[in-house]
Amino acid sequence: MEQRAGGSRIVDFDLEKQTVRELNQYLHKELPKNGVEEVRIFNPDGAHHIAVGMDAPAKVDIMGNAGYFVAGMNKHAEVTVRGSVGWSVAENIMSGTVRVEGYASECAGASGRGGLLVIEKDASSRCGISMKGNDIVVGGSVGHFSAFMAQAGRLVVCGDAGDGLGDSLYEAVIYVRGEMKGLGADAREEPTTEEDHASLAGLLERAGFDHDTEEFKRVASARSLYHWNADRDQGY
Amino acid sequence: MCGIVGLLMKDPGKHHLLGEYATKMLEGMATRGCDSAGLAAYTGEAEGDGARKISVFDPDGNLDWNELAEGMRKHIGRDVDVSAKGNHAVVVPRGAADEAFRWMVENRPEAHVLSVGRSIEVYKDAGHPFDIAERYGFAELSGSHVVAHTRMATESAVTWAHAHPFTVGEDFCLVHNGSLSNPHSLRRMLERHGMRFDTDNDTEAAARFLEWRLREGDTMEEAIRAGFRELDGFYTFLIGTGEQLALVRDPFACKPAVAAETDEYVAIASEFRSLAHLPGVSDADVFEPMPEEIYVWNKEPAVLAS
Repeated sequence: MEQRAGGSRIVDFDLEKQTVRELNQYLHKELPKNGVEEVRIFNPDGAHHIAVGMDAPAKVDIMGNAGYFVAGMNKHAEVTVRGSVGWSVAENIMSGTVRVEGYASECAGASGRGGLLVIEKDASSRCGISMKGNDIVVGGSVGHFSAFMAQAGRLVVCGDAGDGLGDSLYEAVIYVRGEMKGLGADAREEPTTEEDHASLAGLLERAGFDHDTEEFKRVASARSLYHWNADRDQGY
Repeated sequence: MCGIVGLLMKDPGKHHLLGEYATKMLEGMATRGCDSAGLAAYTGEAEGDGARKISVFDPDGNLDWNELAEGMRKHIGRDVDVSAKGNHAVVVPRGAADEAFRWMVENRPEAHVLSVGRSIEVYKDAGHPFDIAERYGFAELSGSHVVAHTRMATESAVTWAHAHPFTVGEDFCLVHNGSLSNPHSLRRMLERHGMRFDTDNDTEAAARFLEWRLREGDTMEEAIRAGFRELDGFYTFLIGTGEQLALVRDPFACKPAVAAETDEYVAIASEFRSLAHLPGVSDADVFEPMPEEIYVWNKEPAVLAS
């Protein structure tokens, strides 16, 4: 069902009448060549795999709650979920933007390589696990083991962080505005630099959050796990 | 993956909607690769001093339920009600329940007891949850709360006996998404306390452990806390008793859970899609239960002691 609104071409899907497979085949095969600028998805009702594998610079609006893996592997697209999401939103995101207006369950933005994920409310545990270059901004708090083994990219938490934050971190950087229940192995709090403030300010602006960057703490890797230390005698 | 479903109707005026809502939720959990399903419903107390509801399953479907009730009636000298749905029946001796139970176990060994209690009814079977819900008329059930499950077996056989919920003692049931790594040592410990097991299922060990703690005088919170020390593995548990619905996730919260609360109900499931079609869910307080937090909802709102 195609319509024109304010000069842009919009296509609507209704997941009460159409399947996620039909939707995703349209998004993969037709959207990249038909010039449609926006796709709206009604009645998502927590279905899994919505808009996985996007590879076109279009807007995708999900008008409700989505299930697992929504906007996984996103490339170029600007995806907005007007509700909450299940596990692994924007997993392996490559580029573009994914915005969740509600809450996110576990593993949000896991192992992404680029792009920006914004979660307006809280994210659950393992947020940004193994991220490899993507940015994540969470308006609320994150659960335990967030940014576990994160290799590159930035995780910004405007609320509190659960236990084991940044366990076994590589080169990703974490900024936390609220309380941290506990840092994971090899994660440490470091002084912020001018560069940190500029980087944070840019991310907060893109995410649409208005906080003073002075309120954030920086957490990064102490790099003590980078090399095997025989003297520890397995005592890690 | 297993799917869990819990529902408690906070408004007693809405008890007639329990089965309808729970069936919607169970169907929402039917896409996790399930091989069996089951449901425990707390459908109001059996009438009569010392009356009990006994949920019975005859896998072969050869039992004559009226004949069974008649035999039990003659033996205990009390009225016995029976309501049958296919090869499941709820048999209600209106007194002398222990005697009725013993008579049935000795004289009708093909009748497998799924639950005993004042208000619990249990149905479980292998097969697709849609078919099981239809076969046993889940949508028509009326009561205060439900604990239900769709199973994808990972550690023991696919049979009706291995399907959840597991019940122990009276009015206690448990469903589980996850797996335990020490069910055998738990089992040996509980057997030393005189407990007998029906299956080799890991969830049965958890159910018997928690019910044993409750019977020893623990509150629900204390029993679950003892579980944090003794149960090793991954779990989201939903626990039902005659008065309460309880939820707990292991310290790593590896298994999913989402809850929605309105003035009308508290609904819990493994995924939101199970809650998506409940009336009023768009205005509900929807949250993900925290790891190692104990959530307990009472059938009747708690009255503060003065």
